[in-house]
Amino acid sequence: MNITLKVWRQKGPNAKGAMETHKMTDISGDMSFLEMMDVLNDRLIRDGEEPFAFDHDCREGICGSCSMFINGEAHGPGRNVTTCQLHMRSFKDGETIHVEPWRASAFPVIKDLSVDRSSFDRIIQAGGYISVNTSGATQDANAIPIPKVDAEEAFDAATCIGCGACVATCKNSSAMLFVSAKVSQLSLLPQGKPESKERVQRMVDQMDLEGFGNCTNTGACEVECPKGISLTNIARMNREFMKSSLS
Amino acid sequence: MLDSRIPEGPLAEKWSKHKDDIRLVAPANKRLIDVIVVGTGLAGSSASASLAEMGYNVKSFCFQDSPRRAHSIAAQGGINAAKNYQNDGDSIYRLFYDTVKGGDYRSREANVHRLAEVSVNIIDQCVAQGVPFAREYGGLLDNRSFGGVQVSRTFYAKGQTGQQLLLGAYSALSRQISKGKVEMFNRHEMMEVVKVDGKARGIIARNLVTGEIERHSAHAVVLCTGGYGNVFYLSTNAMGSNVSAAWKAHKQGAFMANPCFTQIHPTCIPVSGHYQSKLTLMSESLRNDGRIWVPKKLEDVEAIRKGTKNPVDLSEEERDYYLERRYPAFGNLVPRDVASRAAKERCDAGYGVNDTGQAVFLDFASAIVRYGKTEASIQNLNNPSQDKIIELGKGVVKAKYGNLFDMYQQITDDNPYETPMKIYPAVHYTMGGLWVDYNLMTTIPGLFAAGEANFSDHGANRLGASALMQGLADGYFVLPYTIGDYLADDIRTGKIPTDSPEFDAAEKKVKDSIEALINNNGDTPVDDFHRRLGLIMWNNCGMSRNEKGLKGAISEIQELRKEFYKKVRVPGTADEFNSELDKASRVADFIDLGEMMCLDALTRSESCGGHFREESQTEEGEALRDDENFAFVSAWEFTGTPAEAKLHKEELEYKNIELKQRSYK
Repeated sequence: MNITLKVWRQKGPNAKGAMETHKMTDISGDMSFLEMMDVLNDRLIRDGEEPFAFDHDCREGICGSCSMFINGEAHGPGRNVTTCQLHMRSFKDGETIHVEPWRASAFPVIKDLSVDRSSFDRIIQAGGYISVNTSGATQDANAIPIPKVDAEEAFDAATCIGCGACVATCKNSSAMLFVSAKVSQLSLLPQGKPESKERVQRMVDQMDLEGFGNCTNTGACEVECPKGISLTNIARMNREFMKSSLS
Repeated sequence: MLDSRIPEGPLAEKWSKHKDDIRLVAPANKRLIDVIVVGTGLAGSSASASLAEMGYNVKSFCFQDSPRRAHSIAAQGGINAAKNYQNDGDSIYRLFYDTVKGGDYRSREANVHRLAEVSVNIIDQCVAQGVPFAREYGGLLDNRSFGGVQVSRTFYAKGQTGQQLLLGAYSALSRQISKGKVEMFNRHEMMEVVKVDGKARGIIARNLVTGEIERHSAHAVVLCTGGYGNVFYLSTNAMGSNVSAAWKAHKQGAFMANPCFTQIHPTCIPVSGHYQSKLTLMSESLRNDGRIWVPKKLEDVEAIRKGTKNPVDLSEEERDYYLERRYPAFGNLVPRDVASRAAKERCDAGYGVNDTGQAVFLDFASAIVRYGKTEASIQNLNNPSQDKIIELGKGVVKAKYGNLFDMYQQITDDNPYETPMKIYPAVHYTMGGLWVDYNLMTTIPGLFAAGEANFSDHGANRLGASALMQGLADGYFVLPYTIGDYLADDIRTGKIPTDSPEFDAAEKKVKDSIEALINNNGDTPVDDFHRRLGLIMWNNCGMSRNEKGLKGAISEIQELRKEFYKKVRVPGTADEFNSELDKASRVADFIDLGEMMCLDALTRSESCGGHFREESQTEEGEALRDDENFAFVSAWEFTGTPAEAKLHKEELEYKNIELKQRSYK
């Protein structure tokens, strides 16, 4: 298939960016989107031009590195899929495809399609953990039975890959889905309960400090999340936050 | 000459005795000591967190944009532990035994036993951290079975066990970062180990955003930099996974052990085209329920390739479940090396089921029916129809492996609930790595290696669900203790200065090599060379190896190296975000490593585990070991070029296990 790409080019964080047009021919539908970008970069290098910078690593949808805003959607068309798992068969022959970086003030552009998401790390550092040292002398793993449904709900929240699609897609650039997934995972498990009050307060404070916007319950984040993290996590976090503010 | 420093005494008491005997560093003195940890996968994150908790000042480095993205995240199936929760006869000894046997008797007894001992602590620790392992209805932890064993000792979190364990370690690391005990350097690549008076005293790192070359000093350096499967270009590793940190250490004097021991994983999605950038694993856990087969008749193979016959229409009699046929005792759950070779054997004989002739079926139809019947019985359904059974069975399979099935469909556009998966072996893990002693210290004093980066526990073949176990064992429970024995001498050393001639020289070397790549004025992209290297390695140092092929590969690689330095084009500049430059310096090291792997494979003329020398096989085509001449670890010393490396041998002693020909029949 043949396609026209319009790709965001931006030399550095403070440089002015613009879309750049490239024609692609003979693209196989079995290629992943990033493999198509590899083909483009290969050609640019051979022609003596600069390739596009973009983040990627595992290319199997789990590391959360890849982050392209394709035709106005985080990770492009298709549900429950990261950019690296998006395949060219999802596009039509002759289509024009727009490729941009995540856009949010808490995710400044580093270069071209690559952005700085270290704000997510700082939110986790603020409280996204259970304060237990690695002594190896904790109690036996089976000492506390955890109902299967609770364990599975915690697991579902824990599958967040921290890619930032929720922020990129939100009109307010809110990080509520990301933060609530971690808060939910840990508050659903008995091990996480002792610190649940401090945790939610500290993580929400850090989220505000980083410049993420508020949540207005639009639900776009849930639709675009490649791991299908549910909006109910946000409701749970709001409850946790209210509880911890009142007590 | 090579001192593995294995403690004296009975096997089961070595580790506890060693912990009692080694020197400690008092809490107040730990605050005077700096440790650098490179890599933030399971081994790196857990080591950084644990060392910081103990009181050391830790500097942690990763090339990714966040420590949470290290490739441990992609591990799917599970983590082993000798908990015996299933009461199926498991024990520390049995885990130890399975691991040594699975590694085809080329690992160190004492290390493996220690690994089995601490495996139980790992599960307790992870649960305490909030890792959401799979549970049964009663609320207790669930287990499943993996290849090469006859018990269920694998703990898991759907097909995302690595992700959950890494996020657990990452949260422990994050907690220490927030306390200021770990200073984290994201998007930094280690470019050189700095030695002062023969000891590792720091690193030169490159900031991958600004290109700045930085000096970092410490009293000890720990490499947790993973494996080097990407030497094959196509592998299940992440795009950024590389050997450079280990290779720089090797060139500084750290021996490389068993570099040719590579794990080719039997169940990966087959290659689909030239543009292919990586291969995707389908977890070994699928072999719990999937049955592997090819058609018995070549005409059926032809018809399936042409699309005139549907594989589901072949009757049971027309199918060759070749693993069940050849290995009745273990069936589809033979170890990875055995399963991979068996797939290659069938495909080489012409039975491959896709266009390229390099694929076999992994079929869930009978598991779907089996689970459907159980589920119908649980739901009290009388005489359920076949359709109802299949519907229920698909539900159970979805709950177990849903994410893997989705991933398969995403990549191949085939629905694995309706038609069998097509799979083929692919490079997955490297058992070889930096040689370490019992304390996980390399041959450079003060330089340690943990996780996949070292060689110690898996011999010539790693069993499934053991990589996660080893990464966390090393990082949480081994290294934090053993490093103290070395650091006890450094409590009065004081900060290591970075303005010494040694740092000057190391920095200059790094800058010179970067300048050379940037100013090369070639015309060929880096990936071109990487792809060609991968092909040489896959064809000659892959699933099957012989003398002629290996010798040819060595000279081909030497030619490729010359061409690389003449023709590679690295666009952009050295002082900016430049992914091509990062790749170029990694590929330069892969070329050197590839040559060393071929040399190692050539020297080891026996077959063992994943290393199959065609010259050494039984009549049935199984790997034939030569314990008389090769019961050793090959440890290579760098003397100027990979070709001139000097071989040292660490003899392997088996006092607790009888050395015998491995059989899974």
